[in-house]
Amino acid sequence: MTDAGGVWQAAYIVAALSIVLSIKWLASPVTARRGVLSGEIGMLFAVVGTLLRHEVVSYQWIVISFAIGAAIGAPLAYLMPMTAVPQLTALSHAFGAFAAALVGTAEYYRYVSAGTPVTGFTMGALVIETVLGYLTFTASILAFGKLQELVPTRPLTYRGQNFVNLALLVFAVSLGIWMIVEPTPAWVFPTFTGLSLLFGVLLILPIGGGDMPTVIALLNSYAGAACAAMGFALGNRLLIIAGAVNASSGFILSVIMCKAMNRSFANVLFGAFGQVQAGAVAHTTQKPVHSATPEDAAEILASARKVIVVPGYGMAVAQAQHKLRELTDALTKRGVDVQFAIHPVAGRMPGHMNVLLAEADIPYDRLHEMEDINPDFAEADVALVIGANDVVNPAARHDTTSPIYGMPILDVDKAHTVMVIKRSMNPGFAGIDNELYYMDRTLMLFGDAKGFVGEIVKALPNTN
Amino acid sequence: MSNDLEVSLYVLVLAVPLGLELVRRVSPLLHTPLMSLTNAISAISVVGAILISGAGDSPTLSKVLGCIAVTSSTINIVAGFLITDRMLKMFRTKKGAK
Repeated sequence: MTDAGGVWQAAYIVAALSIVLSIKWLASPVTARRGVLSGEIGMLFAVVGTLLRHEVVSYQWIVISFAIGAAIGAPLAYLMPMTAVPQLTALSHAFGAFAAALVGTAEYYRYVSAGTPVTGFTMGALVIETVLGYLTFTASILAFGKLQELVPTRPLTYRGQNFVNLALLVFAVSLGIWMIVEPTPAWVFPTFTGLSLLFGVLLILPIGGGDMPTVIALLNSYAGAACAAMGFALGNRLLIIAGAVNASSGFILSVIMCKAMNRSFANVLFGAFGQVQAGAVAHTTQKPVHSATPEDAAEILASARKVIVVPGYGMAVAQAQHKLRELTDALTKRGVDVQFAIHPVAGRMPGHMNVLLAEADIPYDRLHEMEDINPDFAEADVALVIGANDVVNPAARHDTTSPIYGMPILDVDKAHTVMVIKRSMNPGFAGIDNELYYMDRTLMLFGDAKGFVGEIVKALPNTN
Repeated sequence: MSNDLEVSLYVLVLAVPLGLELVRRVSPLLHTPLMSLTNAISAISVVGAILISGAGDSPTLSKVLGCIAVTSSTINIVAGFLITDRMLKMFRTKKGAK
């Protein structure tokens, strides 16, 4: 820490400040883009500052590595459609975590080859960095696979799963402790690495698509924690600050997601979430439902004063957000008040629906959070549910035997008329029947969300 | 406990509540951009990667791993920031007002 001039120290301080400000500015949509710029500046200072340190003597390979990374990262960000943002985030996590894990590995072998004694504390930080890095890497890759539907999205469970996971974790932790306490034989570190990689996979296997928002947030937190641990291993405070801010961000988001699903945080940490779908699939689909045509729907919507739209993952799958914008515009022109109700866990990552609706050019001041809009349903003429299921299931309020009992829901059943656009009567992700569909005031609109909304737009009676 | 380590621990105990406080203030509207932005920031591990791959005393294995880590974290940085900006560009209050 005795570089002449202290240029890199100054650069690190600017970097830390910029990173903190970038998240501060992200608080509001008005200043959010400034936040991104600030983050970029922070990263630039961090990189340039590091390159200026006297320890760094060879540049050639670093520059080549930068070029390759940029050449892969930029097309990734520009070519992915907006509906694929959760996948892209998972993939991006995987790369970041992989980097952290590799740095940990590289450091380990550097210490080993130099033969210098390492303090227990440094080794401890290194162990944490490596385990979090590798497990986040494989977990993110698998999450990416599930989100992209390369791997079956349904939870994979088997008997004794938690026991196997726990045993594996205990084994990995023991190896970690052994490495901290004394220099270990050559096989220990590679075994430790393998266990971490395997643990990441096992962590995600029992998790279904609907639980992805929590998991992605949690992985974000792990990546940040790995970074902070790296900061301790290298004695680098910039890494500690950035890593800690990041870990707390992921942590808060996963807590918010947990609350929105009425699950405890421990439940999530132990990966027990696939359990929901067990039992409960009673298939009582004999009850009659009222279905309606696009023309009927158009007529009701055209004469409404207030319409609240409830989008869910089904809207994303059907890419219906642009047609929905057309419908919103057409209705607004007729004087109908159209608002959107966003459940915290709608979609596959926190805030997923907001991004898709923003992409379709729907102004963000019409998007409302659950607590804010729930009282409005009672005075809404129509609640239009598009591709959402569990988040509008009234069973969550009163049916204590329901797996989703206690989960906060959007009160669509209080609206004067409820319209549900759905492919078929198949129960949703959690496999739970939805009593909303059998209410007298509910009209089922069977069909592809995008096509159906398009037909409603066409069927709207002309006024001008 | 060395002085250096003590300072680092102070930094940690201050940074965690700061992070919690900052993130709590972010509107749920922007939770997806928040995730992709923090995702990009977590690639600050590029700093460690550069130090490992550029250091004169690193063994070859460490240098190779370091370079792969630089590539990997650069993908994370570039993709993370670009996608965040691409998303935020779409958020607007009234049509036409960019």
